Amino acid sequence: MHAFSTLAQLPVGQSGFIQSMPIGRVGLTRLRELGLTPGAKVTMVRRAPLGEPIEITVRGSHLAMRNHEAADIAISLT
Amino acid sequence: MSAESPLLAIVGNPNSGKTTIFNLLTGLRQKVGNYPGVTVEKKIGECYSQHGKKLRLIDLPGAYSLNARSPDEAVLRDVLLGRRADTPRPDRVVFIADAANLERNLYLLTQVLELGLPTVLVLNMMDIAEAKEWRIDVKKLAEELGVPVVPMQATSGTGFLELKAAISREDIPLPRWQSAPLPEEIRAALQTTRAELLLTGAVHDKTTLLEPLYLLSDHDPLHAGIKDTHLGQIQRGRDTLNAAYPGWEDELVAARYVEIEKVTAEVLKRPEQELPTLTQKLDAFLLHPIFGGITVLTFLVFLFYLIFKVAEGPMDWIDAGFGSLGAWVSELMPPGDLRDLIVEGAIAGVGGVVIFLPQILILFFFIGLMEDTGYMARLAFILDRLMSVVGLNGKAFIPFLSSYACAIPGVMATRTIDSPKDRLITILIAPLASCSARIPVYVLLISAFMPDTVSTLAKASIMVGLYALGTLGAFFFAWVLNKGVMRGSNAPMILEMPSYKMPALRSILLLVWQRARAFLVRAGTVIFGISILIWAASTYPKNHALNDQAAVIEQRITALEASADIAQVDAAKAELALVKSQHLAQSIAGRAGHLIEPAIKPLGYDWKIGIGLIGSFAAREVFVNTMSVVYAVQAEDDDLTPVRDRLRQEKRVDGSLVYTPLVCISLLVFYVFAMQCVSTMAIVKRETGSWGWMWFQLGFMTGTAYLLALGVYQIGSALGY
Repeated sequence: MHAFSTLAQLPVGQSGFIQSMPIGRVGLTRLRELGLTPGAKVTMVRRAPLGEPIEITVRGSHLAMRNHEAADIAISLT
Repeated sequence: MSAESPLLAIVGNPNSGKTTIFNLLTGLRQKVGNYPGVTVEKKIGECYSQHGKKLRLIDLPGAYSLNARSPDEAVLRDVLLGRRADTPRPDRVVFIADAANLERNLYLLTQVLELGLPTVLVLNMMDIAEAKEWRIDVKKLAEELGVPVVPMQATSGTGFLELKAAISREDIPLPRWQSAPLPEEIRAALQTTRAELLLTGAVHDKTTLLEPLYLLSDHDPLHAGIKDTHLGQIQRGRDTLNAAYPGWEDELVAARYVEIEKVTAEVLKRPEQELPTLTQKLDAFLLHPIFGGITVLTFLVFLFYLIFKVAEGPMDWIDAGFGSLGAWVSELMPPGDLRDLIVEGAIAGVGGVVIFLPQILILFFFIGLMEDTGYMARLAFILDRLMSVVGLNGKAFIPFLSSYACAIPGVMATRTIDSPKDRLITILIAPLASCSARIPVYVLLISAFMPDTVSTLAKASIMVGLYALGTLGAFFFAWVLNKGVMRGSNAPMILEMPSYKMPALRSILLLVWQRARAFLVRAGTVIFGISILIWAASTYPKNHALNDQAAVIEQRITALEASADIAQVDAAKAELALVKSQHLAQSIAGRAGHLIEPAIKPLGYDWKIGIGLIGSFAAREVFVNTMSVVYAVQAEDDDLTPVRDRLRQEKRVDGSLVYTPLVCISLLVFYVFAMQCVSTMAIVKRETGSWGWMWFQLGFMTGTAYLLALGVYQIGSALGY
């Protein structure tokens, strides 16, 4: 019942939980190592003035990434 | 002997304050170099334990994981595993963790603890953790991990004595931490790989399963630290494991975080919602869609102003200083080859390098300040979208911008870019930004072909056009290199936004000093050699008749100057200039000018311009000087008018003008694109660690310059200009 399903679509200020991410991709493995593992809570902090990258917070750290990667990360609200 | 004193490795995530703590411990007793074969900085230092025993320290590159994604991380992995022949395996580890980011920092920490080295954990930035109202149970953490824990605040020095006491202990315990056992399939696969790697000597015989594990999960595109002969074997091992157990790496990451969550649940209490810290409040302004952009713009204009304008004063002093040094030596020594070699070759050559020092100092001070405070990540965050248009990321912006002052600091500044591919592309395109050495050439040629009646505005707009042309060229080549030439996928742009902190001035000054020294040593030695070569080429072979003639005229000038007959002095000086010009024409450089004339004729140039181009190879601004010698113009410092007037009169054998507007534009285009700077080439060699990329850059830049200048002249001629 929500209008967004990936991290790239998460509205600013909203939080969600990582549901799933594709496996075996080098870039996404690095994001996992930085704390974005399935089940982790992420909050969208802001978008850059030109729309990209996005800043999120996970496990207390602040990370920026492009929509390209964020679009692969499925989010649920609960 | 120092070889017997224990070696302590400083390990931690980027932005954990690692280097600040290393500097606190070693002070100035440190040496900076490079790990052979990779462009990763190697910092070694010393300090004394509380009991006066000498300890050796190595500041290992900051990393997020032992699953290497970059040469930096590969070096960390290899040093900790004892895989580097040039660096001994450390005896102990001092792990620096950002307390305000404990959970993420535990990821690398637990990997490191499993390697079985006695470890001290430093919880740095306790002040920020407290501001976030995080409560860390230090005692419990020490129990859970089985290592001594020292809370610290490196920027203010709080906890430094406790750290000193902790590393002074000779009996630092082995960590008790153990992760959940590897899944059986992975374990079996690693055992097979280990046996295979043992056969070829890729791992040593006492190694555990961790070495094959981290080799199989190596994703460093440059494969630093893995011998080419072992690459195929490792790739096969990875393919087998990927097929048998898809997503094994991701599963290991998730499993490790499950373990970490258990620890943090025990030791860390944090508020449900993140508190608005100072960093969040600052970011609300500094990353604001409008104010953030304005701040970046103001900041960049200020930086540019400092590099261009404020550096001008010291640069003039250095110029004048080397000028008077040369004059002083000239008076001290008898005339002759040796004097000329020292004054015109060595002193002028070294002066030509040292003159860039003020710009380098200013730029690196600012880069250090931005890195240390945390603003650099914000700058990259705001500018990333712009740079992504040509396939680069936000961190390439500062190096590229700096290159408009001088490509040397620009290329050196690329060390802040962590993706090796982006870094290489930025290095390759940086010299296409019109640096300040091109300005005299631009000014001379523009004023040569544009009549005085033309407004300054028109001249300025040509200048702007040249800057735009170079910039477009740089973006074009970034795009081409990104799409076509360079193999390997782009690493995704992942940027950590660290908390803002007060800069540690001492660390910044140390960084500035280390960069300046690297520049002086590397560029200094190379350009010193080349300056002497170019001097020799324009001096030899000697023509004694011409030299004797010049000596006679020089004596006459001295005599005339005493009599204060200005008209006579000027006439004699003109005569002297003519003799010098004749001498240059018969020198090696002059002959080389003749030699390359067939190649540059289609561009509209004659052999005299050829001499200028050859002279420019050491540094572009030499063009102005060389042309004034070629055309026998009495050299006047900082006044382009005599040379300009002479260029305007220069005629070919058939009586037509040499410097037609078309030739000037063709020359300008050539100077926009051509790689004519030995100092930059020396730095590119150093920073890429490869002669190949240096030659490639020389080839593609000068090739483009040639083709475009050719196009301009030929099409222009065909159109009747």
